[in-house]
Amino acid sequence: MGEFGLQPAVFQALAGIFGLLVIASIIVAIIRSRLADAARTELVSRIQSWWLMLIIFTVAMAVTRNISLVFFAFVSFMALKEYLSLVPTRRADRRVMFWAYLTIPTQYILVGMEWYGMFIILIPVYAFLLLPMRMVLAGETHHFLRAAGTLHWGLMAMVFSISHVAYLLVLPGEVNPGAGGAGLVLYLVFLTQFNDVAQYCWGKLLGRHKVLPTVSPGKTTEGLIGGVATTVFLAWLLAGWLTPLTDGQALAAGLLIGMAGFIGDVTISALKRDLGVKDSGSLLPGHGGILDRIDSLIYTAPLFFHFVYYLHY
Amino acid sequence: MIGILRWLYFSLLVRPVITIILGLNTRGREHLPRRGPAIIAANHNSHLDAMVLMSLLPHRLLHRVRPVAAEDYFMKNRLLAWFSTRIVGILPIARKRSGPDDDPLAGCYQALENDQILIFFPEGSRGEPEKLGKFRAGIAKVAARYPDVPVVPVYMHGLGKALPRGEGLLVPFLVDIQIGEGLKGRNHPEDFPDTLRGRIQALAGDIRQPEWD
Repeated sequence: MGEFGLQPAVFQALAGIFGLLVIASIIVAIIRSRLADAARTELVSRIQSWWLMLIIFTVAMAVTRNISLVFFAFVSFMALKEYLSLVPTRRADRRVMFWAYLTIPTQYILVGMEWYGMFIILIPVYAFLLLPMRMVLAGETHHFLRAAGTLHWGLMAMVFSISHVAYLLVLPGEVNPGAGGAGLVLYLVFLTQFNDVAQYCWGKLLGRHKVLPTVSPGKTTEGLIGGVATTVFLAWLLAGWLTPLTDGQALAAGLLIGMAGFIGDVTISALKRDLGVKDSGSLLPGHGGILDRIDSLIYTAPLFFHFVYYLHY
Repeated sequence: MIGILRWLYFSLLVRPVITIILGLNTRGREHLPRRGPAIIAANHNSHLDAMVLMSLLPHRLLHRVRPVAAEDYFMKNRLLAWFSTRIVGILPIARKRSGPDDDPLAGCYQALENDQILIFFPEGSRGEPEKLGKFRAGIAKVAARYPDVPVVPVYMHGLGKALPRGEGLLVPFLVDIQIGEGLKGRNHPEDFPDTLRGRIQALAGDIRQPEWD
């Protein structure tokens, strides 16, 4: 353990991310006068939100393991709340939704207990079977399938998927002596978020061909390919430092994160388009809601977790 | 002592519940009154409505803010009465007049004379969740008597889902709040309640309200 209880590699990686954000802030400060008002406001508030997120994330990672788990539980809570406030719901399901919220502390306590067997079935098995049962007890059958379906989709995305980030933290340290579980979390979260930024930048730079015009008109094939290539390169570069992955595995992990991040992004775009909203909320100025920020992570977290878990744990 | 209890109640209970368990998305904050006398008129779906409106105002104004609330409900027993009037700071009014010369709104007039900010729910009671009911006559009387006091229209969505009438269990939902420009009785002498209701309805139209059936 080094500075603030973090392993040296994790500390250095966080310092590196702070460095990147300093560079991004300087670039924005230089080009801001050349931007149109709307674009400038968005870019500046986006960078400010990045600072806030990075600082909160760093503190959450640096203090103790349990604080980190509480932090990820809180992310799940904010995301589920945003989701349930956005989708159609039924008055009859107020108590069902309350039970759904209770899966959050339960799931993260299971992570803290390192009880993998229960962690992996709590939501897909127990919540999946018991919440509709509670709905039946309430007796309202109108829109029953819509209610059961939207609730379970939300729990899988906001609680089950995101809790995989937290489970990386409690994986046995000896497999990854240089950086531990925190190294894996940093690797996953950094590559997922950087992949979003890289796809956006490549798309702005070279984008010609729309990749999914009906879902997300801003996304281009060039952005996707450039972003994934960047992510694959970074995944390979950082793997030896932060993860137990071999070179070949790291390239595959990069491809997995790059592609899955894109799919997560456009899946939430489809959801928002269906609901008729541009942003999922207003929590993070310049980004939108928390769902707009963790959309990619919903896909990358479980896929990366099981990739690493299968190969090394 | 009461001041400390009030501060503790709002800082340690009300604000954390409102910002963490619920979460507000407020637009039109610039229209909120900065000093009394003023009236905030909002739709009413939940016991949390007054708490949320009070939390929108700065702490230094807290001692001037008085949610106008039904005497028969909030003064039911001594404990509730103490809590409602001393800690929350409600201004209890009778829903029915007790005699021909009695004006249930006398307390409101007094509060406005003292430069206080009234929180008024023109629907009278909480009504159907997430529906704007009929307006009662009280607000028109106050506006006619104090034609230069601004009445700030507010529409809130989400609290009727989080804690509706008849439910004791709080379920987390985000709350959207739309605040409009204040209007004065002087400018709408004939049709004040209708104008106000129209304004609040228009604010409701600016908020996306997912199906809740």
